[in-house]
Amino acid sequence: MNLIPEPLAFELSSPGRVGVALPKCDVPATPVPAGLLRTELKLPELDELTVVRHFTRLSQKNFSIDTQFYPLGSCTMKYNPKANDAAAAQPGWKGAHPLVGDARNQGAIELVYRLQESLKAIGGFSAVSLQPAAGAHGELAGVFMIRAYHLARGQAGRVKMLIPDSAHGTNPASCTMAGLTTVTIPSDAEGGVDMEALRAACDDTVAGIMITNPSTLGLFERNIEAIARMVHDAGGLVYGDGANMNALTGILRPADVGIDVMHFNLHKTFSTPHGGGGPGVGMVGAAPALAEYLPGPLAVEKDGKFSMATPARSIGRMKAFYGNFAVLVRAYTYIRMLGEEGMKRLAESAVLNANYLKVRLEKHYEVKYPRRCMHEFVAMGDVAEGIRTLDIAKRMIDYGYHPPTIYFPLIVPEALMVEPTETESKETLDAFADAMIKIAEEAKSSPELLHSAPHLTPIGRLDEVAAARCPVLCYRG
Amino acid sequence: MSSIDKNARYRSSHEWVRKDGARIVAGISDHAQGALGDIVFVELPEVGKTLKQGEAFGVVESVKAASDVYMPMSGKVVAVNEALAGDPALVNKEPYAGGWFIAFEPTAPAEWEGLLTPEAYETEAGKE
Repeated sequence: MNLIPEPLAFELSSPGRVGVALPKCDVPATPVPAGLLRTELKLPELDELTVVRHFTRLSQKNFSIDTQFYPLGSCTMKYNPKANDAAAAQPGWKGAHPLVGDARNQGAIELVYRLQESLKAIGGFSAVSLQPAAGAHGELAGVFMIRAYHLARGQAGRVKMLIPDSAHGTNPASCTMAGLTTVTIPSDAEGGVDMEALRAACDDTVAGIMITNPSTLGLFERNIEAIARMVHDAGGLVYGDGANMNALTGILRPADVGIDVMHFNLHKTFSTPHGGGGPGVGMVGAAPALAEYLPGPLAVEKDGKFSMATPARSIGRMKAFYGNFAVLVRAYTYIRMLGEEGMKRLAESAVLNANYLKVRLEKHYEVKYPRRCMHEFVAMGDVAEGIRTLDIAKRMIDYGYHPPTIYFPLIVPEALMVEPTETESKETLDAFADAMIKIAEEAKSSPELLHSAPHLTPIGRLDEVAAARCPVLCYRG
Repeated sequence: MSSIDKNARYRSSHEWVRKDGARIVAGISDHAQGALGDIVFVELPEVGKTLKQGEAFGVVESVKAASDVYMPMSGKVVAVNEALAGDPALVNKEPYAGGWFIAFEPTAPAEWEGLLTPEAYETEAGKE
C-alpha cells in the first residue's frame, strides 16, 4: 500500500485551475441573478489529471474482497463473481426502464419472477418479495407483516417481540421502528436460547420472536423447532433473521422448522457486492399465513405472461419499482451458476472453512462456546495481560487482513468474530491462521507493537473516542 | 482488577445505587465501564420521570457498543448528571463519583434490601 497520506481534494486546489475548456458561448449571455450565486462554497479547483490521480490513489488504499481476505463475521464477505457483473452489464438489463410498462418489460419481470421462485425453493417459503434494500429493511418489513397479521385478527394487544441477547442490534431497532416493545431472552450455558426464560415470556401479548439461526455465536440453534412451537402455541409468529443463511443453503429450508417470515441478504449469501459496494437486497420470504402481507408488488405469471401485482393485504411498498434490479440480476446469475448441488456445497464449504480455522486458532484464542461451529465462530482477543481485542484487530491490518467483527455479539467479552466464507482456499486460511498465531505470540513478547498498531498504513492508530465524539466532517481550510 | 464502592448496592446488570439522604444516586460499576471501554455518549431520562425497577432509564454508548441502563430500584428522577453531556469519559474515570447518572426518590424503598451487596456483586462480576 502507498503509505503517503492522501491530501484532500481541497488541499490540492489551485486558484483558477480547471478540468474542462468550454466552447465559446454561442447564445447571448444571461447573468445569473445575484441572489442565486453562492461564494462561500470554496469548491476545489483542479485539473483532470490531478483528479484522476487523487481518486486512483484513494482506490488503491481501499480494502476490498478483490484485494485481501476479509473475514468479517456475520457479514459473509464472500467473493463476488465477475460473471454476475457481466450479466448485469448486458444492454438489455442496463437499458431497461420500469416506466415503459409490464408489456414491454417481460424479460425483466420474468427475471424477478424466476428469482422469487428460486428463493422460495431455497427457503421453503410460500411467497417472496424482493423489495427491501437491506437486511434491516427486510426485518422492518417482516415486523410490519407480523403486526398487520395480529391486527387483522383483532389482536392489537400483541405488542411484545422476544429477542435473544445474542441477536443483531438491528432486530430490536426494527421492532422499535414498527412500534413494538422488545423483551430480551437470555442465552443458556451452551449459547442457545434459554428455554425456561422463553417459556416465562410467552403470554398473550407476544407478537413473536426474532431468531437468528445459526446464532451470532456461529452456533446452530438446536431447539429451533421447540422454540417455534412454544411461540406458536402462545399465538405468536417466528421471524427468521437470515444474515447467517450462508451456513444453511441447500441443507435446511427455514420454513420447514417453523419460521413464518424471514429475510435473506442477497448481498451476503447470494454474492452481490456490499460493504460500500452495494446496494443490497434484503428479500423477505413468508409462510402461507403471512404471504398476503408481503410488501408489493411481486412478479406474477399467468399463461406465460408476466406482470407485477400487489398481494391482497400487503403492508405496501418498501422500495420504488422492482427494488434494486441490477442486484437481482447478479443474485439470479449466481444461483443459476451454482445450481441445487452448488447451493449445498456452498454451505458445506462455508462450515468446513470456519471449523478448520477454529481448530487451528482455538489453542491461541479462547472460544467461549467451543462446540462445533457453523459458518463462523467467536473467539476472544484478550490473549495476554493488557491486550484487548481492539489491539489484535489493529495489528491484523499490518498483516494485510481486514479485521473481523469485534465486540459483537455483546454476550462474549472481547469478542472476535471470524467468518471465512466458502470462497477462500486452504492456502489463504492457513496464511491467515499463521498470522493470527504470530500476533498472539507478539501480544506476549512485544505488546507495545500491538498497542500502537497499525504501523503499515498511511495513518496509524486513530483516536476512536474523538472520532465518535467530535468528528470533523467539513473541510476547514 | 476493578474497584467497588463498599457503600453501594448493585444489580447483576452492573448498576450501583447509594443512599444520599432521602435520595438515591445511581450509576454503573467500575467493572461495567471497563467492559464497555471508552464511553462516548450517555443518554439520561427527563427529571420528573417515574420508572419501575428493571426499566431502562438511559443508554450508555462506548466505542464498542450501546447498552441500556436499568433502574436498580423504582423511583422518580429528581436530578441527572448534566456534566456527562460534555464529558462522558467521567464514567470511565470516576464511575462511583463524578460519573454518576441520576438521582431519584425511591417509591419502593424496600427494594434496597433485595439488591446485591458489594461482596455478592464482586463475586458475580468476577464470574464473567
